[in-house]
Amino acid sequence: MSAIEFREVFFRYNEESPFVLKNFNLTIEQGQTVAVLGHNGSGKSTVSKLVNGLLTPQSGEILVNDTKIRTSNVWEIRKNVGMVFQNPENQFVGTTVRDDVAFGLENRGIPRDEMEQRIKQSLMNVGMEQYMDHEPHHLSGGQKQRIAIASVMAIKPEILLLDEATSMLDPKGRKEILATIQTLKKHGKMTMVMITHDLNEIVLADRIIVMNKGNIYLDTTKELLFTHHKKLESIGLTLPFTVELALELEKYDYQFALYPLNYKEFNKELWTSNLNK
Amino acid sequence: MKSFMIIGQFVPGTSSLHKLDPRTKMVTIFSFVIIVFFANNVLSYGWLALFSLALILLSKIRIPYILKGITPVWFLIIFTFILHLFITREGPVLLEISTFKIYEGGVIRGLTISLRFLLLVLVTSLLTLTTSPMEITDAIEELFAPLKKIKVPVHELALMMSISLRFIPTLLEETEKISKAQASRGVDFRTGTLKDRMYAIVPLLVPLFISAFKRAEELAMAMEARGYNGSEGRTKLRELKLTNIDYIAILLYVIINIIFFTLRQ
Ligand SMILES: Nc1ncnc2c1ncn2[C@@H]1O[C@H](COP(=O)(O)OP(=O)(O)O)[C@@H](O)[C@H]1O
Ligand SMILES: [Mg+2]
Repeated sequence: MSAIEFREVFFRYNEESPFVLKNFNLTIEQGQTVAVLGHNGSGKSTVSKLVNGLLTPQSGEILVNDTKIRTSNVWEIRKNVGMVFQNPENQFVGTTVRDDVAFGLENRGIPRDEMEQRIKQSLMNVGMEQYMDHEPHHLSGGQKQRIAIASVMAIKPEILLLDEATSMLDPKGRKEILATIQTLKKHGKMTMVMITHDLNEIVLADRIIVMNKGNIYLDTTKELLFTHHKKLESIGLTLPFTVELALELEKYDYQFALYPLNYKEFNKELWTSNLNK
Repeated sequence: MKSFMIIGQFVPGTSSLHKLDPRTKMVTIFSFVIIVFFANNVLSYGWLALFSLALILLSKIRIPYILKGITPVWFLIIFTFILHLFITREGPVLLEISTFKIYEGGVIRGLTISLRFLLLVLVTSLLTLTTSPMEITDAIEELFAPLKKIKVPVHELALMMSISLRFIPTLLEETEKISKAQASRGVDFRTGTLKDRMYAIVPLLVPLFISAFKRAEELAMAMEARGYNGSEGRTKLRELKLTNIDYIAILLYVIINIIFFTLRQ
């Protein structure tokens, strides 16, 4: 069973503007962690909003867990598709952390006792349980974003969409979020779609999709992604420093079986792939 | 700025006033606002003043803090007093300075009206001092719930209130950021004629509004993504519950009012 499926989807924001997605096809299997890359305006957010029924395509079909999204079932679909947006400030609805996590639960008519329990549990999952009564303006961006994840997780969705959830955070906040995502990945069989334009964030992904101009430009894995370095650079994506270094060293006859994403991998690759030097 | 505007500033605490259900506080305090106007002699005014003082003591908030908090209102109270002193011409003349005459009626009228004013301000500010804005919002939603029958969007209004409360700090921070950014580009908010300063506000307001609209749009999107679909079928995490302390308070309040009405003429 596939978690998300786009079948020949056409979408534009209004009649006058050009199509953002033209004959877009994509299948994401259940339990996969997928990173979607692409520069600004390549249509990543549009895709994620379509999955959750916040936007409706002009033609084509979108299926979530093999069910076609219709106006009649969109609220059901949203229960299964949690979404975390880019700006931590603008998705914090409640006046305190507890209220914010409760918001989604209240919307679903969850009874109060269960609400309390789920709030506690999901705050524990993101390591924010001691901030229960804090107000948003006393939290850092990274903390707010973890609350946003907790709020979504409290609904127990099967699919989690993160639309550039780390792009407005400082390096510390980014690390917090990535660690949170990693624990979520370990815990459950959730399908995760991480939209990002930061190539360093793909370590967590089983599959990488690169979008360009509303189309899938590359569909690959993190091991193979940087063998396409020319293609990536040609659409304006910057390579991680370690990959650039590796590419430079290749000119001097060094070899890299895998393009390293960080210094640890870089060292390892440098040793193992060049043993007979 | 913050120190003298405590009207609307919540002081967290654990006093019995803090513990009361916000609905109890709102209903009693608003009825008090009306009852103050029924006072008509020294005894009834004294009784109400005593009641207000008791409330202040119960709240465990420091009296100087409360008095300082209503600074802007002090001015109004004194102004009202002086105004009545000069305008009212009733009763015997108490004092005569060249053409000005101060009558006994003026003094009495001035005193009673300023006292009335002071009591109103003190007691209503106690409401906001001991009740968090969220509690007030919840209480409004509950108290006005019957209006849903005549299609007043009570839930939506309460949600709007709570979201506004949540975004006040965000927007204040943003205002400060923008005003600093504009000041560094040479916009002068502090000097010049009134007209100049009004014009200087424009480069502050325009970016502030643009960003507020963007926030609103994103927030609406996030709320929809989290399943917000109006009040129907919605449960609430916060629950307002009348406890013993509320029943005691209501009983006491009724007794106080009975005494009040026997004291007045
Ligand atoms: N609300 C909107 N109204 C009109 N056009 C939009 C809107 N949002 C995005 N677009 C356009 O759709 C295209 C894809 O945008 P988006 O999906 O946000 O890209 P990404 O998330 O990859 O940066 C862009 O050309 C953008 O200008
Ligand atoms: Mg985007």
